[in-house]
Amino acid sequence: MANLIKVGMADYKVGRSPSTLISYGLGSCIGVSLYDPQTKIGGLLHIMLPDSTQARASDNPAKFADTGIPLMLNDVLALGASKSRLVAKLAGGAQMFAFANATDIMRVGSRNAEAVKQILKRNGIKILAEDTGGNYGRTVQIDLNNGVYKVKTIDRGEKEI
Amino acid sequence: MIDEYNLSPMQLDALKEIGNIGAGNSATALSQIINKKIDMNVPKVAFVPIEDVPDLVGGPDVIVVGIFLRVYGKAPSNILFLMPEKSAFYLVDTLMGRPQGTTKTLDFMDQSALMEIGNILSGAYLNAFFNFTHISMLPSIPALAMDMAGAILNVVLVQLGQMGDQAMVIETEFLTEDEGLSGHFFLVPDPGSLGTLIKAVGVE
Repeated sequence: MANLIKVGMADYKVGRSPSTLISYGLGSCIGVSLYDPQTKIGGLLHIMLPDSTQARASDNPAKFADTGIPLMLNDVLALGASKSRLVAKLAGGAQMFAFANATDIMRVGSRNAEAVKQILKRNGIKILAEDTGGNYGRTVQIDLNNGVYKVKTIDRGEKEI
Repeated sequence: MIDEYNLSPMQLDALKEIGNIGAGNSATALSQIINKKIDMNVPKVAFVPIEDVPDLVGGPDVIVVGIFLRVYGKAPSNILFLMPEKSAFYLVDTLMGRPQGTTKTLDFMDQSALMEIGNILSGAYLNAFFNFTHISMLPSIPALAMDMAGAILNVVLVQLGQMGDQAMVIETEFLTEDEGLSGHFFLVPDPGSLGTLIKAVGVE
């Protein structure tokens, strides 16, 4: 039985095959995975917000896209992954409730997705796939044996990206 | 200046009392609508690490129905009424006068009925609040989603996440006597609103 490692909200975990990293119930949050197919080393990060510089105070860099991604990147590299082989996948970033006059905070899902993509690009990491947006929650997992990233939903079934 | 992250026991008690009165009023309203006795627990008023909030309702992947209202006024807040999907079906069957067990999914009318319940409960809650604090709080129209608890809670948590790593939640649990309906009522004040509420009840 492969090892299932839970990743909480505003948290990240790194590991190697045969582990699977899983994060439950993402709404506007985003699950970002990094994976090196050769060494089968990877990580999963569950961010809540795009930008730590707009936040008043936080002791938790894993909460933000701009501080969380570099943190996870360092850890997968330290485990022995190669930066040039790393690929990223992301899912989440929904807007759970539709309001006519949606404030910025309501649209945080799409801002999260934008920020994640920008930061990955800035770090020179290729984005292989994404499943973002919509108005529904997602549970995401990455199998470090093969890099398959699964997205589970309640009404829209399950898919691999 | 009130340090919202470091409240005295008396200030916490005051918040608990406000929550108690508000939730008591809501429970009474709900009880009258469905004509069943409703028990509620003493509200939990606590700072919870943001990532632990979904555990209060059974974990981030539990399927729940959430009714969300934004509260405007001097102490802006969010209200979230969460119930397990089974409870939502029970409530809809009761409201629509159908035999229990009829509803298996929520159609447009069912959703509308549940949102109306959200409206009534929030109104009752905020009314009691007003009588106590004299701070008028106006709820938005409700929005409804049926999904994973973690995903629904995201909506209130991101806002708090911008300010700190802790969430102040005033949470009450409801249960009908036949245990058909259970739910969690959350009042989550925006950062800054807690101080306003505490000042209003005079326990600075």
